[in-house]
Amino acid sequence: MIRWISIAVLSIALIGTVVWGYQEHQDKNAVLVHAENSYQRAFHDLTYRIDLLHDKISTVMATNTPERLSPQMADIWKLTSEAHADVGQLPLSLLPFNKTQEFLTNIGEYSYRVAIRELEDEPLSEDELNYLAELYEQANEVRRDLRGVQHTVLNEGLRWMDVEVALATNEPGDNTIIDGFQTVETNAESYIEAGDQFGVTASTEDEKELQLDGQEITEDQAAQMIRDRFNFDESVNIQVSESLDGSQLQTYNISFENGDTRGFAEMSKKGGHVITFMMNRDLQDAEISLHDGMNRAAERLEELGYEDMEPMETTQYERVGVYSFVRTEDDVYYRPDRIQVKVALDNGEITALSARDYLVNQFSRDDVDFERNLSEEEALDLVNPALEVEETRMAVIKNDLDEEVLTYEFLGRANDSTYRVHINADDGFEESIVRLKQSEEIFQ
Amino acid sequence: MKSKKLRLFLVSFAFVIGLSWNLSTETTEAFSEQVIQQGAVGDDVIELQARLQYIGFYNGKIDGVFGWRTYWAVRNFQYEFGLEVDGFVGETTKQALERSTEYDQQYVNQQINEGQDFTHYGGQDRDQEGQETQAPSPTAVNVPNGFSQNDIQLMAQAVHGEARGEPYEGKVAVAAVILNRIESSTFPDTISGVIYEPLAFTAVADGQINMQPDESSREAVMDAINGWDPSAGATYYFNPDTATSDWIWSRPQIKKIGKHIFCY
Repeated sequence: MIRWISIAVLSIALIGTVVWGYQEHQDKNAVLVHAENSYQRAFHDLTYRIDLLHDKISTVMATNTPERLSPQMADIWKLTSEAHADVGQLPLSLLPFNKTQEFLTNIGEYSYRVAIRELEDEPLSEDELNYLAELYEQANEVRRDLRGVQHTVLNEGLRWMDVEVALATNEPGDNTIIDGFQTVETNAESYIEAGDQFGVTASTEDEKELQLDGQEITEDQAAQMIRDRFNFDESVNIQVSESLDGSQLQTYNISFENGDTRGFAEMSKKGGHVITFMMNRDLQDAEISLHDGMNRAAERLEELGYEDMEPMETTQYERVGVYSFVRTEDDVYYRPDRIQVKVALDNGEITALSARDYLVNQFSRDDVDFERNLSEEEALDLVNPALEVEETRMAVIKNDLDEEVLTYEFLGRANDSTYRVHINADDGFEESIVRLKQSEEIFQ
Repeated sequence: MKSKKLRLFLVSFAFVIGLSWNLSTETTEAFSEQVIQQGAVGDDVIELQARLQYIGFYNGKIDGVFGWRTYWAVRNFQYEFGLEVDGFVGETTKQALERSTEYDQQYVNQQINEGQDFTHYGGQDRDQEGQETQAPSPTAVNVPNGFSQNDIQLMAQAVHGEARGEPYEGKVAVAAVILNRIESSTFPDTISGVIYEPLAFTAVADGQINMQPDESSREAVMDAINGWDPSAGATYYFNPDTATSDWIWSRPQIKKIGKHIFCY
């Protein structure tokens, strides 16, 4: 009797397990198919858009009138940005695919610039037409390669999930998709340089090495400088390590521990400039005001030898005040030369400072003479009349082309918002308009 | 006998009066001593906004954050009252405000605590219900330009998942890498795009990103957004002990922080 009961119970359990296992399997498959489908969509979108991009470039080459050219260029710009987003959805981040992405970015950048310029006065030059022809060829190559991969994927039913697994486990041996993308990338490597003359080569690598002024210092000197600066005695443990070979700026990375404060500092090997430091400890409730914190930060900057620094932005985040200072010279604000300072509002200690922008810009700037052709009134006339301008100053900023320009900076209000407008002091170009936002409601 | 009772009554009466007077000075005491300036948060800012609204200089929300609208209101006030126009609320500005406005702290705090939309203009009818209210918390927070609290939360989760157990500068560096990728032409242009890019972060792939981030990850993200970058411009990092990709080793390496090597 007992035997029969146990047989019955066990068989029910077995059947139950089988059913459960089957359902789990189904669920897992559904999830996999779902993931695979979104990869497939991104991939097919990508090939389609590159194809379209290629078409569009050829259309541009055959277009004559500026009225048609502008919208076509804007179309190209939109396509490159969409293709860029498609790439971001594919599991390619462990695959060298950045040259191709740079290629896309360069086309986008270039077409954007042409789209927004006054083509009536400044039609496409001979050089630019040649550049376009080159882009056309290159886009064709990318298109052909990608369409090839797509054909294989469709024909042989290749799955992107396999690509993901192969890349994640580092066995990209004989995956057709990976091979295909590597071919695209290898080809792309050869055609980056052409855009140089139009200033659109957005290469992130190969940036020039940075040099700061001063004597080369040793590790021990670096440690000693940190001790002196923060008044540490010998009991404070300081560790120094060197930056690695690829670094644009050779630095010492210094970490130290003083009681319950842990700190980190980065110091240039040349000159021993402290590029950044940050100290981390548990903070108590804010005791001093944002204003007092600012005064302390300003004092400290002066002690450190940074002169003529003016606070541009002051913000309290719970227990810390964060201040952005910029260098001023003859009442001109040099916005690129900024120093960030963080002050703990429990005891007013300067807990972090970053002078990277300041140092890099100071040492890489050649002597520049900024032209000033416009008076303040003339510049003011160029600002949107709906804007109620409240404050005016002169400021040097980096514009969209990454060049430093002298501008009139206007702070103004319109429809309950505050805007910062920069008008080029030389030619009156409206370099930038930014809506300033500072707070956000707390979502409940 | 009778006079004794009277005296007792008088004493206790005086005591009660004194007590309530004490209480009332405590609750209506104006501004603390600090100079209030743009970017500040807290009770003083609530009072400042309420007072400015009382006489019509400020028509925004009383939220306890000294933003641009408050700034312009202060400057206008200073201009109209013949004070130095600098946007700092110091002693003279506070005195001028106190002379020219009333501040019904109880009413304002109650409205804020109840989460109501309200205004605090002078001469406007208000229900005067005399019940104690606890101090309100600001209904807004400062955020760096271009970022929402939710963006910061998402980044903090990613940093927590990726760099738990790393030194603080290592966390800031990881947060900085996310920001550097947004700037770079070879990565997506949004925080979520960079974080959720397939295979970009292991913490995303294995779901660790869904953990609640600790305070130090949040701080690290704020520091990175506010301009600190211990990674010196890196767009990649990897753990040399567990990295599975050969290609990642070919990137130019910048430095090692904690267990991670940062590279371009």
